[in-house]
Amino acid sequence: MEIFDILVSASFWAAVLRIASPLIFATMGELICERAGVLNLGIEGIMVFGAFAGWMAVYAGLGLWPGVLVAFASGALFGLAHATLTVPFGLSQHVVGLGVTLLATSSAYYAYRLALPEVTSPPRIEPFQPLDIPVLSDIPFLGEALFSQTALTYLAFATVLIVALVLYRTPLGLALRAAGENPSAVEAQGLSVTAIRMGAVMVGSGMMAVGGAFLTMSAFSSFFFEMVNGRGWICIALVVFGAWMPGKALLGALLFAGFDALQIRMQQTPLGADIPYQVFLMVPYVLSILALVAMSRRAEVPAALMVPYNRGER
Amino acid sequence: MGAREVVLRLEGITKRFGKLTANDDIGFALHRGEVLALLGENGAGKTTLMNILFGHYTADSGTVEVFGQPLPPGAPGAALAAGVGMVHQHFTLAGNMTVLENILLGTRPLFGMGLGRGAARARVEQLSRDFGLAVHPDAKVKTLSVGERQRVEILKALYRDARILILDEPTAVLTPQESDALFETLKKAVAQGLSIIFISHKLHEVTAVSDRVIVLRHGRVVGEVATDQTDRHRIAEMMVGAEVALPHPPLGRAGTALMELRDVSTPPEGNRTGLRRVTLSLKAGQITGLAGVSGNGQGALADLVSGLIAPDSGELRVAGQTVARWSPRAALAAGVGRIPEDRHATGSIADFTLTENAVLEGYARPPFSRAGWMDWTRARAHAEDIIEKYDVRCPGPEARIRLLSGGNMQKLILGRALEAGPKIILANQPVRGLDIGALTYVQECLIAARDAGAAVLLISEDLDEIRALSDVIHVMSEGRLSPEFPRGSKTPAELGQWMAGQGFADAA
Repeated sequence: MEIFDILVSASFWAAVLRIASPLIFATMGELICERAGVLNLGIEGIMVFGAFAGWMAVYAGLGLWPGVLVAFASGALFGLAHATLTVPFGLSQHVVGLGVTLLATSSAYYAYRLALPEVTSPPRIEPFQPLDIPVLSDIPFLGEALFSQTALTYLAFATVLIVALVLYRTPLGLALRAAGENPSAVEAQGLSVTAIRMGAVMVGSGMMAVGGAFLTMSAFSSFFFEMVNGRGWICIALVVFGAWMPGKALLGALLFAGFDALQIRMQQTPLGADIPYQVFLMVPYVLSILALVAMSRRAEVPAALMVPYNRGER
Repeated sequence: MGAREVVLRLEGITKRFGKLTANDDIGFALHRGEVLALLGENGAGKTTLMNILFGHYTADSGTVEVFGQPLPPGAPGAALAAGVGMVHQHFTLAGNMTVLENILLGTRPLFGMGLGRGAARARVEQLSRDFGLAVHPDAKVKTLSVGERQRVEILKALYRDARILILDEPTAVLTPQESDALFETLKKAVAQGLSIIFISHKLHEVTAVSDRVIVLRHGRVVGEVATDQTDRHRIAEMMVGAEVALPHPPLGRAGTALMELRDVSTPPEGNRTGLRRVTLSLKAGQITGLAGVSGNGQGALADLVSGLIAPDSGELRVAGQTVARWSPRAALAAGVGRIPEDRHATGSIADFTLTENAVLEGYARPPFSRAGWMDWTRARAHAEDIIEKYDVRCPGPEARIRLLSGGNMQKLILGRALEAGPKIILANQPVRGLDIGALTYVQECLIAARDAGAAVLLISEDLDEIRALSDVIHVMSEGRLSPEFPRGSKTPAELGQWMAGQGFADAA
């Protein structure tokens, strides 16, 4: 049984965490936006731009962590554009989101060509290295499976915890959830729906960009066109899969990453010789759709998701 | 009276929505420990005025002073900080959060850590006891009844130390028992020095609860009077600007049966009671009143008459013919005019214009469409006719119906139903939530339709209305229908016994 051999190998589990990391950042970002009532379809493009911005910053001489900050800031800027159009102006969140994706993607490619007009293959940077954690990394099997990751992966998991704490344990999280459920409740309590929604979209977009930057700064060490490759759309689905709850969304990201890591390894088994590799590539998506259908039946959509809020309208 | 402290003063408030002047130079004062009733017809500008006071809208001109300090316009936060609490007609609660979370929302600095739930819960429980507002702090709001949600809204205001409480039509959604509990709460609040503005158009409540009454009409203050120096009759006169005549229509002349139900049953749907062997005959020129506590099968009967459901067993005859296929389209074709129970959910489409709403039922037929193409000129002319004939107050036929007050929306729906020349009229709670002016008008229209030969089925929870208007009365209880009682043959007490389920052959 090849599948069994794969599942008990530590390298498989290490790959799952690695593949899940960008998804976790971006899914948490999307979740924050949607919990505040804004669907952010700019996610795919913002991830592309974050991948480019973080990598470029490091290539230009900044440190790795300042590079992550640059990626976050670039995402927040696209978030500001998205939020300005969708929140105070109340434009269609679908149209604006797709527009932001197109704009951010092409901006990244354009900036790449401007910065590096001559190169044929993109230059490499020195990415985040696996971080040894005392004691934990030395545990047999578990150490290799769970604790041989880069700092960004640990940060991804910490992000889930932070998002959950903020959403459920702070006044800010309360206001954010209320803005996505019934904005008039926020307004009636003297808070600004506009400020809360715009803030959420900016921070959420920043996190999406960090998700993108994980690809160039931790997983790979260069920037390639098409490298985000639909991960943003997967994250939109993961938010639904997670029923707009951080913990469940994390589970979804791990599940998808698990399918993905599995299909890569299945391609190298004898089975892979008989079946076209495209079938394996398809598997995570098919399984994700099935899981989505099963999980999201009873999901509670934020009641005011995609509903613009206009003060003083009857 | 005059010597008491003024806690709130409005001066020269004016607000326009397009061509509509909702508030026109309104000014009054509220005193400490006083219950001030703000009365007026639908569309008189009560809700608009309170939304300006609370900062949801910005007035075009005028000032608001709270405890002697001017209130900055358009800032609910400033109103809250000044001690103004508002219980909106449409609740401002997040359904996916708990009672406690809804109360805590916005009460702590946004970027502070922690919610302090423990202390807050203790305080909410204390307030619940002090003011008689029983509600569980950890219950999710979406699981609460309407009455409980209103208590949460009041708790929200009290938790923020509101000294002035504004209640916008608080009893419109409550059962009589819940209303009584609310009045007890208000008494306790006044005893503790709070001042209350109570918006309503139910006269008996206003006279029971308030110290002073201010009457608005067409956006202006038309009267101000101490409650103990007036009576309902005079207040009603002030509201509509004329003597109110309660309807005393002569009996109609019953003709042939236009719709007959014989032993019709329908299955229950979820919590909703179905029909149990209902036999009913709706005759031309007759108003058939249907009394009963709501939820006893009226909904199923209304859906059956309007074609939304078909009989499960039994026979449905329309104009003497047995009906095989019964659908909304078939009901329209048979001349059923519908005034649905919920004008927002099933009577209209909020973001459609008045014109579009006016042709919602007739759009597929000439003159509003020909060969599949809409004739908007005809449709608009039709809407303008209804607006004029039924006195729908609105910015114009191209305004979205969302902008209209409930009474004006109802007049448009009434006009839509009656102008189609219906043979059978289903009027389900046609005057619920309407003020006296609109109420009388709607009732007169129904009587006129009856006199023109229509069969009217009037469903209402208001026994007085049923007894005044109906030529014959049925009572519904648990899906069963009582025999037909001629008008005046049963006392309210006797009808009440039928409502409670006594007298039915298969008494449970």
